[in-house]
Amino acid sequence: MEFLNTFIKAAFIENLVLAYFLGMCSYLAVSKSVKTAFGLGLAVIFVLGITMPINWVISEYLLSENGLFGVDLTFLRFILFIAVIASMVQLVEMVVEKFSPSLYAALGIFLPLITVNCAILGGSLFMVSREYSFSDSIAFGLGGGFGWFLAIIAIAAIREKIRYSNVPPGLRGLGMAFILTGLMGIAFMSLMGIDPAAYAAN
Amino acid sequence: MAETAVKEKEPLFQFGKKERQLLTDPLNDNNPITVQVLGICSALAVTSLVYPSVVMAVAVTFVTAFSNLFTSMLRNYIPKQVRMIVQLVIIASLVTVVELLLKSFNYPIYKQLSVYIGLIITNCIVMGRLEAFAMANKPWRSFLDGIGNGLGYGAILIIVGIIREIFGKGSLFAGSPIEMKIIGPTADYFINTTDSAFFGWYANNNLMVLPAAAMFIIGILIWIQRSYNTKLVDVS
Repeated sequence: MEFLNTFIKAAFIENLVLAYFLGMCSYLAVSKSVKTAFGLGLAVIFVLGITMPINWVISEYLLSENGLFGVDLTFLRFILFIAVIASMVQLVEMVVEKFSPSLYAALGIFLPLITVNCAILGGSLFMVSREYSFSDSIAFGLGGGFGWFLAIIAIAAIREKIRYSNVPPGLRGLGMAFILTGLMGIAFMSLMGIDPAAYAAN
Repeated sequence: MAETAVKEKEPLFQFGKKERQLLTDPLNDNNPITVQVLGICSALAVTSLVYPSVVMAVAVTFVTAFSNLFTSMLRNYIPKQVRMIVQLVIIASLVTVVELLLKSFNYPIYKQLSVYIGLIITNCIVMGRLEAFAMANKPWRSFLDGIGNGLGYGAILIIVGIIREIFGKGSLFAGSPIEMKIIGPTADYFINTTDSAFFGWYANNNLMVLPAAAMFIIGILIWIQRSYNTKLVDVS
């Protein structure tokens, strides 16, 4: 139950893109067609789901004061986290290249750029600052990835349609994407009622 | 071009037209947020108040400037295959420095920015400038380019922060030593809405406190900028 709770919270209520602005760069750049957005979204779910438990183990057993070394090594957190993420992304890249060359070609430069997708590192940092347990960290990773996936699919679908509308020239493309994201953020806020605690806090 | 055999040695630090352009270009024509669309991730969440936005802007400027400088110094020694890792290590070390400095000198703001300081590492603008500029240019110019981009980025952050704080909270620079209370329901505020004849109707706009407001404001800023600067209009 706890697992499901964290998952839903991460996916809908505290959506990484719409509530925390994480992963905006690739979110805006790759959301021009649903097909590529789908691939990138899957890759993000995968990388988040893997890196989150690994980073949990690292921060719990290597970097904390009662860990393996018995010294407080939290100042190494950024470097170690980013190293784990970079190597995982490399792994995903190799797997995708092997099993789906067409997807690999479609994602192009954006696959290596998942390394600098703020959602991945941000997720790990949130996990540390919120003191999640191990199972929670898995739920948060998968849920956060799923929320990111939903958001990018939704905006890509809207942007595909809006291409045929008569938008003022200055607002075309990027400006419209920002405003749409804002509206989606407000729409997602209505899901806050799912979690009674979050509802009470507001 | 008639290249003479004796090539004049370029001075290490010069400040001419090109250098000035490196500083001013990112403020408008090549703004990191509104034109390059990089580095939106880590920043917008801190813009609900001005003071954290200023701190964030300074931190990002510091990191872009020095990571550009160091990468540019090392650019001839970094093997192509591992350049991402090398760059990330440089950035991560600088961000750790910023984090520790903030933690020791200004703990409340460190708490407030929380994970967003760490997220400067994955701020695409830092990485983007390293790839696009520092790997191909001399240290001094890269340094200026870093400062310029940091400032262009900070400018947007602060504009968004000012709009959101005035309309959302009725104050400016809340939490800092120069806090100004502008409009609100108690006597501490400059315009007191409870007994003012003109501003009795006024209430803070709660939309501005929500994350979505930052999106709207940036969208509108892009609109304004592109209306003046028509060469930036998206034609696709």
